[in-house]
Amino acid sequence: MADTVLYPERELKVVGTQPVRPDGVPKVTGLAQYGADFTLPGMLWGRILRSPHAHARIRAINTKKAEALPGVKAVITAADLPEQKFDYVGPERVAINFWHMTRNILAREKVLYEGHALAAVAATSKSIAEEALKLIEVDYEVLPHVIDVDEAMQPDAPLLFEDMITRGVQPPPTKPSNVSKRIEFKLGDVDKGFAAADEIVEASYKTKPVHQGYIEPHACLARFDTDGQAEVWSSSQGHFVVRTFTSRLVGMKVGDLRCHAAEIGGAFGGKTVVYVEPIAVVLSKKSGHPVKIMMSREEVFKASGPTSGASMTIKLGVMRDGRIVAAEGIFKYQAGAFPTSPVMNGCMCSFAPYDIANVRTIGYDVVCNRPKTVAYRAPGSPISAFAAESTMDLAARRIGMDPIEFRLKNIARPGSQTVWGAKLAHAGFAETLHALQKHPGYKAPLGKNQGRGVAAGYWFNGGGESSATVHVNEDGTVVVAEGSPDIGGSRASIALMAAETLGIPYENVRPIVADTNSVGYTQATGGSRVTYATGMTVINACNKVIDEMCVRAAKLWKVERADVIWEDGHARPAGKRAGEFEPLSFKAIAAKRTATGGPITASAAMNAEGQAPGFSAQFCDVEVDPDTGYVKILRYVAAQDVGRAIHPGYCEGQIHGGVVQGIGWALNEEYIYDRNGRMENPGFLDYRIPVASDVPMIEAIMVEVPNPNHPYGVKGVAEANIVPPTATIANAVHSATGLRLTDLPMSPPKVLAALDSARKR
Amino acid sequence: MSAMRYERPGTLEAAVALLSGATGAARVLAGGTDLLVQMRTGRIEPQLLVDCKDIPEMTAIVADDGGFRFGAATPCMALVEHEAFTKACPGVIDGVKLIGSIQVKGRASVGGNVCNASPAADSVPALIAAGAVATIIGPGGRRETRVENIATGPGKTSLARDEILVSLLVPRKPPHSADAYLRFTPRTEMDIAVVSAGVNLTLDRDGVCRKARVSLGAVAERALLVSEAGAALIGTTVDEAALEKLAAAAAAACKPIDDKRGTKAYRIKVAGVLARRAAQIALDRARKVN
Repeated sequence: MADTVLYPERELKVVGTQPVRPDGVPKVTGLAQYGADFTLPGMLWGRILRSPHAHARIRAINTKKAEALPGVKAVITAADLPEQKFDYVGPERVAINFWHMTRNILAREKVLYEGHALAAVAATSKSIAEEALKLIEVDYEVLPHVIDVDEAMQPDAPLLFEDMITRGVQPPPTKPSNVSKRIEFKLGDVDKGFAAADEIVEASYKTKPVHQGYIEPHACLARFDTDGQAEVWSSSQGHFVVRTFTSRLVGMKVGDLRCHAAEIGGAFGGKTVVYVEPIAVVLSKKSGHPVKIMMSREEVFKASGPTSGASMTIKLGVMRDGRIVAAEGIFKYQAGAFPTSPVMNGCMCSFAPYDIANVRTIGYDVVCNRPKTVAYRAPGSPISAFAAESTMDLAARRIGMDPIEFRLKNIARPGSQTVWGAKLAHAGFAETLHALQKHPGYKAPLGKNQGRGVAAGYWFNGGGESSATVHVNEDGTVVVAEGSPDIGGSRASIALMAAETLGIPYENVRPIVADTNSVGYTQATGGSRVTYATGMTVINACNKVIDEMCVRAAKLWKVERADVIWEDGHARPAGKRAGEFEPLSFKAIAAKRTATGGPITASAAMNAEGQAPGFSAQFCDVEVDPDTGYVKILRYVAAQDVGRAIHPGYCEGQIHGGVVQGIGWALNEEYIYDRNGRMENPGFLDYRIPVASDVPMIEAIMVEVPNPNHPYGVKGVAEANIVPPTATIANAVHSATGLRLTDLPMSPPKVLAALDSARKR
Repeated sequence: MSAMRYERPGTLEAAVALLSGATGAARVLAGGTDLLVQMRTGRIEPQLLVDCKDIPEMTAIVADDGGFRFGAATPCMALVEHEAFTKACPGVIDGVKLIGSIQVKGRASVGGNVCNASPAADSVPALIAAGAVATIIGPGGRRETRVENIATGPGKTSLARDEILVSLLVPRKPPHSADAYLRFTPRTEMDIAVVSAGVNLTLDRDGVCRKARVSLGAVAERALLVSEAGAALIGTTVDEAALEKLAAAAAAACKPIDDKRGTKAYRIKVAGVLARRAAQIALDRARKVN
């Protein structure tokens, strides 16, 4: 299915092949160890008490009866965690406030959503732990709650934080509200732009929070020893993040906590924070036993992060020739129970694919009585893209232009100005649109009740801090120890790049994700950064190994280092000594390790910059059942600039995955609440992510416009693909029915109601 | 957490005796695909489980006077893979095939689907339309009743606490008869019916409908037998006008609720649509059989 557009620059032997992943066999045989698969002697089971109320003040918690139950070894509440300073720290896009974080781990003054944790027990069996939870007495004062973002912004809405004054407004408001922050980006003069426009298109949209839907619930094992040293095994996208957050929340030195990355059964951004780890560590400390905690699916839905729901308005000013002269977006994102939604990303990404002279985006970060949001695949961008790209479609219709042509007319190119000040530094957007346009399906005729839609999407992609060490074994095999938990096949892509660099077979490279005490600091796996940043770090370490191999060959030949070069996996004499000796293979030098100076190993660490953004453009064909409102996806084609496909099969897999999640987001996924703010569908039966038979074979077009900043041209590939689907499908539904659906999900009852009301008109 | 007793008797009499003698909550276990899930979520905490899969009559499929009788604990896949059964009862198989995944169907039974008494049970409207008869055993012996008389409301049945559903009989069909079942779900699989419809009809030699039974699922507290909807087809060639009347009668019979799976208005509207589409499939099938 995959169609590859190549921009060749140098011949590669290993990169671009599709070997079996190093972690494949244990995953298939069942021997791979996920978060729930670790045990230790004397281990206890931890369980967490959660709020049945959407919003309530905690008057008192009494744990006496639970503590007295035989088999219970520890009971904890927020009183067992140190208080944290109220302070937003870190880069603004992903700012963290530990005062909030500790309250999300275990509630203090109030519970802010159904499922909010407020106590935990460790006991000798799961059933005793469960029984003990029932014995904890909580005196609640139930408060009015608010779920919807527009309702949460009303002046009379129940307040989650009675002292929250909106940040980013001058002068600051005098009254508290649920709006945590307002942000604004401006480029040019939008009012002038709109005044000059031939046509103005404006529409408002709503989306629902959606869960990452990973198959593996959060799980961890923790042990805290009497020497103050602790160890954690958990399902996480970043075991260094687990270390940073857990040590801070528990109140221990970073160096006293060692964290291991388990194999991971999906994450999609949802495992970049901690939920169970600090609780397990404190329970272990208090009980003197190792403690294991596994969340149930219901707990995952009720108490771990979805991404935001939103209410948005987009206004576009266009000329009849297709030029966009002004764009404005207002984005109100739900943060969940604590501040910081990805609304800033939404403001930045919404119009990023296009070169528009006058842009203004305004974002509101709004708290409400539902779980705190956390990153989900291109956090924030798919939400604003639904609104922006739906309006792009309306604008193209208004001026009668093909939607791909309309986007090409305005596409951002290297040097284009973004709304946040930077200039686009990489090519690839236009190339991707051209590749999509050339797909034969784009001009194929459509049947009755069928329609075709197009949308595009942008994601920043990440660089950042990574570390790696390469160890050369005596038989010429190598171990690559790096610090990035593998959620999408990164061990395979890293082994491919190491093998390519060293000039050895892929099978001779054994990549591992080392624990926090065995490799240098490495940021979480997220932002599509690992193949780029950790990959580059590994390549740097491999280059150091090559240098050392040349030193060793020089010793063996008794020549100067300068007279040895590395070529095709071999040391060769060069310069004035050229041709004097037979080339030495990687394996031959490795075998002489002891005689030439001892172990051969090299480390590299860096804060990688120069990443290129992700861009995807997609079209799909749908058929809408006029009598039931059911939307069937007939064909889905997704083009994406992948820089260079290191492992094409896994790049294609990333495109499939992002599109499927986007289809679920578009058509069925939503949280259903009863009038008390309790979630009615905390399971995969009624929280409907697509099953395989719901989606057609997704046709992935991998467009290769290499990133010149990376030795093998890598661009992150994991996220841009989830940005366009919701608008692509809404635009296709418009084409099939003549109706513009502005409210996600486009579930059958909603589509049927829209069709019926149009039929009545 | 109290201890739970598990028994696996080899005869119906022994099973009934266990249920009669139970002091606390007792449940009959067939495939367990509803029961075990409800136990895990804490919805029920039975003190006695009577596993009936060792009772030969409860897992047998036998031809019976031109129809088929199958044990209430027969796994769905055994029915799906039974060629003669699938040929004789295509509508019942339409429903059975929609229950869970293939793996779930390897355990789940139609008897369990009937006794779980969900208004959305996929096998039930098709069984009702087919005129299926249930055999029930209790301390006083055996009795028979139509499938539509078993469920009385969500999770509730007309069976006494010491009675067991033993088998289901799908009676022989007259010539030129066929049935069909359709459900609506937002997903193609692994979902629960928002609305469903089973239709069983018999044509005469001239293609005129002589008998018709229509049943709807998920539109009331239990699956409904809608005689007005069947009557709309009888005496017609199942033409456009008859199908319109059928759809209207089906919609009129609905007494749905608003819940997480659908709204009242949606269910009423789609019930008519599905009844009509199921009737069309049954009609096409009936025209093809002798």
